[in-house]
Amino acid sequence: MSSTENVLSPEYKEAVTNLLFQLADDDFLISYRGSEWLGLAPHIEEDVASSSISQDTMGHAAMYYTLLEEVGAGKADDLAHLRPAQERKNSILAERVNGEGYYMETPQYDWAYAVVRNFFYSQAKKVKVDSLRQSSYQPLAETAVKVNMELYYHLLHWKTWFVQLLSSTDEAKQKMNDAIDLVMKDFGDVFSYGNDKAAIESNNLIASEEELKDRWKANMAPIFESLGLAVPAIPEAPAKNGRNGEHTEDLTTALSTLSEVYRLDPVAAW
Amino acid sequence: MSNLTMMTEEEKLEQFTQRIEAGDKIEADDWMPEEYRMALIKLISMHGISEIMGALPEKEWVPKAPSLHRKLGIMAKVQDEMGHGQLLLRVAEDLLKPYGKNRGDLMQDLFNGDLKFHNVFHMDTRTWGDAGLIGWLVDGAAIITQTNMLGASYGPYARALQRICAEEVFHAQHGEAIIMALAEGTEEQRAMIQDALNRWWDALLMFFGPASKDTTGSSKQDVTIKYKIRTKTNEQLRQAFFDKYVPRILSLGLTIPDPTMHYDEENKEWVYQQPDWSEFKKIIKNQGPRSQARLNLRRTSYENNAWVRDALAATVS
Repeated sequence: MSSTENVLSPEYKEAVTNLLFQLADDDFLISYRGSEWLGLAPHIEEDVASSSISQDTMGHAAMYYTLLEEVGAGKADDLAHLRPAQERKNSILAERVNGEGYYMETPQYDWAYAVVRNFFYSQAKKVKVDSLRQSSYQPLAETAVKVNMELYYHLLHWKTWFVQLLSSTDEAKQKMNDAIDLVMKDFGDVFSYGNDKAAIESNNLIASEEELKDRWKANMAPIFESLGLAVPAIPEAPAKNGRNGEHTEDLTTALSTLSEVYRLDPVAAW
Repeated sequence: MSNLTMMTEEEKLEQFTQRIEAGDKIEADDWMPEEYRMALIKLISMHGISEIMGALPEKEWVPKAPSLHRKLGIMAKVQDEMGHGQLLLRVAEDLLKPYGKNRGDLMQDLFNGDLKFHNVFHMDTRTWGDAGLIGWLVDGAAIITQTNMLGASYGPYARALQRICAEEVFHAQHGEAIIMALAEGTEEQRAMIQDALNRWWDALLMFFGPASKDTTGSSKQDVTIKYKIRTKTNEQLRQAFFDKYVPRILSLGLTIPDPTMHYDEENKEWVYQQPDWSEFKKIIKNQGPRSQARLNLRRTSYENNAWVRDALAATVS
């Protein structure tokens, strides 16, 4: 990999690095939110399935952090555990809490929110990953092929829940619609590349923000139509843009849990 | 062969006894004595629910696992445990059918304290050392009790255990790898595992259950041996655990928190300090350090998700 490192121009390398941080941090955080649900899902079969998805997703984050290590951004474990909130580039949606309460006490988590968030996120990840397979950065294109194989099942899983709960009781429909509103409030930076938009797009690392948004909407349209619903609009200007290091308190608390043990001694072997 | 419907209860029992004596496997739809069915339900539903409740103490350490590699490892392990729970509850559900009971009833039994879960899963986990120790020694102890039942006379349980034991071996290796890294690490890391061992030692001894029912007033070991569900007694299993793990614990430079512990060459057995069995009785009555907190986790999620169960029932019918 060192040969690739040598031929990358500083400007190209910076664009790759920034995009990789967005991808890695997104999966790292959403996987954490998934793992907080463990043991609390609506039934045991779902606990088995969704913990498998969280595990896959942490695997994807690990692959992206490893690519970062290979471009010389630092040690993968340090990048995952030690960067403070203001250096993180994940979307706000990925960092949001599952609901009120700490995962070890008696959390009031909302399954409708989990389903909608994971479904919308997985569909967004799918259009990104499909585009990344043609990325000008070859190691990223190769990783995208691997991620895509598992992502197919994640998307199918969340889509099944989404359609089922929106086709059921009035209570379920109400909760799902409330969750859609909540998720869409945080959807403004999901397709954003933040301040790195020009560099990321001009280097053909991935398709443009606008193209990806259109593909997401096109993929969602038939599903919403079948449920008699309109595809919700993606907010134009996000209140906070996670891609630029703007975050909520939810991220700060998440990071302190995620790095609690690692921080005891980051140079020790664990 | 005589027709089952024409046979008296005594004849059915005799045929059943001959079958298990001959090493035949009993299947879910076969005739079985009430006592056998009840013993299986108790054993398997407790095993299943323990896998599920057992995911909770480890889950506490999933996000905190100190590297990407360890995070992936512990996530895979906890997911396996949930899978074991699911597999076992399905075996228990088949046995419950004649009583018109299902998984919902098992959950209610858990919440009201009728269905117990293993003593080790009532304990506090305080450090990453505990997460390693659970994988290494709790899963190690589980392998010993479960391989003792691989030849169980009840076919569906024996087959579920084949798969479970194969995965438990990976878990014990996962736990051992965490412990080895800490044992070879800094002063603080080594102190972390010694501290974990000190706190978990009694719980590990209790895991195998009391040597006889005189200790706690009841024990299902006699009936499970009679029906060839298991072969060894609680004490034999505890001794097997010592045989396997005492040398390994010592080789890592750790101290066993029982100064009286030694091997009696003459009687070929380990001599050790009995844990406080009155504490064990309290723990299995859900009065352990984290019993109520963990039950509350499941109760809350069960209540919060009631609307999901209703929604799924509505789309199925």
